Amino acid sequence: MSGQSLMDSLFQRTLEDLIKGLRQQLIGEQAFISKALEEIRKEIKSTDLSTKSTALLKLCYLSNLHFHDMSFAAFHALEVLSSPRFSHKKIAYHAISLSFHDSTPVLLLITNHLRKDLTSTNEFEVSLSLQCLSRIANVDLARDLTPEVFTLLSSNKLYVRKRAVAVVLRVFEKYPDSVRVCFKRLVENLENYDPQILSAVVGVFSELACKDPRSYLPLAPEFYKILVDSKSNWISIKVLKIFAKLAPLEPRLANRVVEPICDLMRKTGAKSLLFECVRTVVTSFSEYESAVRLAVGKIREFMVDEDPNLKYLGLHALSIVASKHLWVVSENKEVVIKSLSDPDPNIKIESLRLVMAMVSEHNVAEISKVLVNYALKSDPLFCNEILGSILSTCSRNVYEIIVDFDWYVSLLGEMSRIPHCQMGEEIENQLVDIGLRVKDVRLELVRVARDLLIDPALLGNSFLHRVLSAAAWVSGEYVEFSRNPLELMEALLQPRTSLLPPSIMAIYIQSAFKVLVFCLHTCFVRGGSTAGVSASASYESFDDLSVENGAGSTVAHGQTCTSAPITNESIVNLLKLVELALSPLLGSHDVEVQERARNLLGFVDLIKLEALNSSGQEENDSEQKGVEATKIIRLVHDAFSKELGPVSLSAQGKVPVPDGLTLNENLGDLETICSDIELPSSNTFSFGYPSEEKDVSSFSNLQIKEDSGQSNESTSLLAEHRKRHGLYYLPSGKSEVISNDYPPANDPALQGDNNDTASDLVKLTAESLVPKRKPNHSKPRPVVVKLDEADEKPVAVKHPESRDDSLSGAVRDILFGSEDILPTSSRSNLPSSNRKGKEKQHMITQVESKENVVGDGNSSSRRKDHSHGKERRHRKKNAEERNETDRKEKESSSNHPRRQKSRQRAEEPLKVPPQTSVIPDFLL
Amino acid sequence: MIHFVLLISRQGKVRLTKWYSPYSQKERTKVIRELSGLILTRGPKLCNFVEWRGLRVVYKRYASLYFCMCIDEDDNELEILEIIHHYVEVLDRYFGSVCELDLIYNFHKAYFILDELLIAGELQEPSKRTVARLVAAQDSLVETAKEQTSSITNIIAQAANTASL
Repeated sequence: MSGQSLMDSLFQRTLEDLIKGLRQQLIGEQAFISKALEEIRKEIKSTDLSTKSTALLKLCYLSNLHFHDMSFAAFHALEVLSSPRFSHKKIAYHAISLSFHDSTPVLLLITNHLRKDLTSTNEFEVSLSLQCLSRIANVDLARDLTPEVFTLLSSNKLYVRKRAVAVVLRVFEKYPDSVRVCFKRLVENLENYDPQILSAVVGVFSELACKDPRSYLPLAPEFYKILVDSKSNWISIKVLKIFAKLAPLEPRLANRVVEPICDLMRKTGAKSLLFECVRTVVTSFSEYESAVRLAVGKIREFMVDEDPNLKYLGLHALSIVASKHLWVVSENKEVVIKSLSDPDPNIKIESLRLVMAMVSEHNVAEISKVLVNYALKSDPLFCNEILGSILSTCSRNVYEIIVDFDWYVSLLGEMSRIPHCQMGEEIENQLVDIGLRVKDVRLELVRVARDLLIDPALLGNSFLHRVLSAAAWVSGEYVEFSRNPLELMEALLQPRTSLLPPSIMAIYIQSAFKVLVFCLHTCFVRGGSTAGVSASASYESFDDLSVENGAGSTVAHGQTCTSAPITNESIVNLLKLVELALSPLLGSHDVEVQERARNLLGFVDLIKLEALNSSGQEENDSEQKGVEATKIIRLVHDAFSKELGPVSLSAQGKVPVPDGLTLNENLGDLETICSDIELPSSNTFSFGYPSEEKDVSSFSNLQIKEDSGQSNESTSLLAEHRKRHGLYYLPSGKSEVISNDYPPANDPALQGDNNDTASDLVKLTAESLVPKRKPNHSKPRPVVVKLDEADEKPVAVKHPESRDDSLSGAVRDILFGSEDILPTSSRSNLPSSNRKGKEKQHMITQVESKENVVGDGNSSSRRKDHSHGKERRHRKKNAEERNETDRKEKESSSNHPRRQKSRQRAEEPLKVPPQTSVIPDFLL
Repeated sequence: MIHFVLLISRQGKVRLTKWYSPYSQKERTKVIRELSGLILTRGPKLCNFVEWRGLRVVYKRYASLYFCMCIDEDDNELEILEIIHHYVEVLDRYFGSVCELDLIYNFHKAYFILDELLIAGELQEPSKRTVARLVAAQDSLVETAKEQTSSITNIIAQAANTASL
């Protein structure tokens, strides 16, 4: 046995052997690795630590670069860790930080090893264990090792101290209570003159400030000093990051800091620092006009630079500015547009974003035209990127920026013809959506749909199928706007439709059904051949659909009059065409297609006889049959002419629960049934049961059920399906039951009442925020039907909750807690350290004297009565601000008196805290 | 902060990975596959930044190796480029005009140097000379230890030890 182990350690493959072997292997990489792993598994059990550590190192290699699991070696790594030799420790630490995670079972055993090494006299050992801790720390480790880290924070070995500082960040994250112990020492390190320590501390604070900037405001004076004094670019960048977070919270701080930052921007030669200055200014100092101008100048230099990196960053910075100062983008329009044809896709995307940021309702048409031209020229990927952003921008907030819908619909048509277009699904949705929402555009919509349908070439492009399905649906639903329904019919039934997938094929057939009914209706019923019918079955114009039975004669025929007259002969041809096209589909494998085809053919059979008759001998034929057929036609036509409206997502929730029906009880019943898994379902339940089972708990399902009165499984299933695929359902009485409580969306009069007061308010504010959005358009914007909450959701402003997690809570306790004791003076920050307090005071005077130099007239007096002046200024500022809000409110009050009041009420309590906050203004 | 560091060869072979944020083994492979698809396909003379899963990857190619670092959206890209360059210079100094093979055979050394440079995803040591000194000091510690183990007498002593047990 001993011999074995000796041989093992003598002839063990080293890491180098392994790598060499792996590069020269002949048996295949996987086979070689699995052989090596086998060896390692054996070696790692050896009692000799050298053998063990070599095996561990090899395992690290395989795990790291070939991604083999090394969790089995977790315990062995710990064993190696206990070795007194530095080289072993190093390997072990490496393995541990590579493979351990929070759920590694042996994590509990490592605490003592780490503690031992953290207190070691060898600084490299300390550093290794710190490094490891930074990677694997969990709550327990962080808690147990806080004292050690705390000691190291003031170690006199710089090398150890800076590492300890960096690790503190992880310890805080995992165990926030450690803040109470370590924070003071961390802050003390901010005073350190060693650039390495400073860099580490500032790094930690910049990470901390990202999460919760408010807590670190009291430290602003220290950061300010570092910003002004720092010689190292690394440190300056980090400090700038901190100020970018702090400045928006405290306007006085921003006032103070903006000048040094601009100085830095002018002076520095380092691009990285310059860019950080620019970014800081455009994100957090956007109210300072001169600073922004300076930054924009630098951005322009970046954008025209040869270096693609600078160009990209310039564009990126510009897109940050764009949110607040749109003029900057328009000023640099040429550069941005030019970058659209840059060879680098990332630059192209960035400039596309900028172009989209420029879009407004005035220029949307031009910009879209330019972009579509670019899309035609560019590679498929970017082409779709362009199309996608046009689509999403234009549809934002229910087509907020679109005024001319005719133009937009034809743009959609144009876009779907672009060869690389893969946005079929989105275009489909928008075509249908616009059709439902905007009445006035339907004429143009049908024209666009016709152009798409009639082109047989488009059927071959599978990306376009979705668009075609929308086109088919639109032309079926709004067939009354069509100039030539017969042509439409031919387009819908053309032979190449066999290329379509069955689901879309079904839509085609359904649309053909609608078109056919329309043709028959115009020919027989509206044709006025049968007496007595003409009054009720009058032709409906598009703006008068709901008044179906009313005065039919008022309808303006000229508006939609079909140009090609539908004669009996054409009807006969049509019927033949339908039979010809659809009879093969009766054998379709897809049920949907088969069913719809059969429906349509059945209908044709019903009608055919009369059509043939009437074509033969004109009107004087069998009265009886004619009446029957027209009756059918009229019925079906009436069914189709009931208009579909957009359905709000929350419509279902509006259905009131009828009295005497307890939902929970019902649910409970079903649950007990469901729990008996092998219940013979055929006995008690209809065929619908099995699928019902899975969404038995779904609320909507139940609601529908009670809604339809007879809580019958299959009807509720049907209703569910209808709800989901409502677009493709025949509008019947049933569907109205579902959305009964929900007013027909296309009734503008009802729309207002429908909104509850809350959303009313949102609307009002939204309107007042954008005063006089559309001053004068030659063409008034058509009404876009909006639904309540579902549509307005994107409008509502989200107020990000200030995250009050335990870490920032602890930090605040430390910083503000001591503040409360001595509120006015800045020397209170850390009562324990006198040195620090003095320094701070010193700094204040320094800052103030600087102010003098700047030449502020009354600064000397301000200095004299420092505390008074502060308060006075507070008051003044308060008053000023109130004045301003008053003025603003006066402006808006003429329109919305009610709102003003509520806003005042809301604002007053809000206004106070920022002014009277406990933040001491060191900088004033 | 830096979330991870990757070294990928032009052929897509991984030469070094270092993770500062928690990623499971499965995610790691996925990340590398995604990123090497994203980065290796980019031509020369394009910018060195790639947006990826809401983060940003800064990469730079040196000879046949791509050095990639993944950072947060609001970190400074140019600074990271400087860090990458810094690392390459330190490697160069350590190995004496470094090449890919050096990193292949001394993968652990490359790690140890990186560890001196970065800790917890932050730059730790901006001075090249200091890094070189620190790495050398640790190497000498390792070397002395190694000499002790590999000397023949030591092995014999060890053998005797185990035999007597």
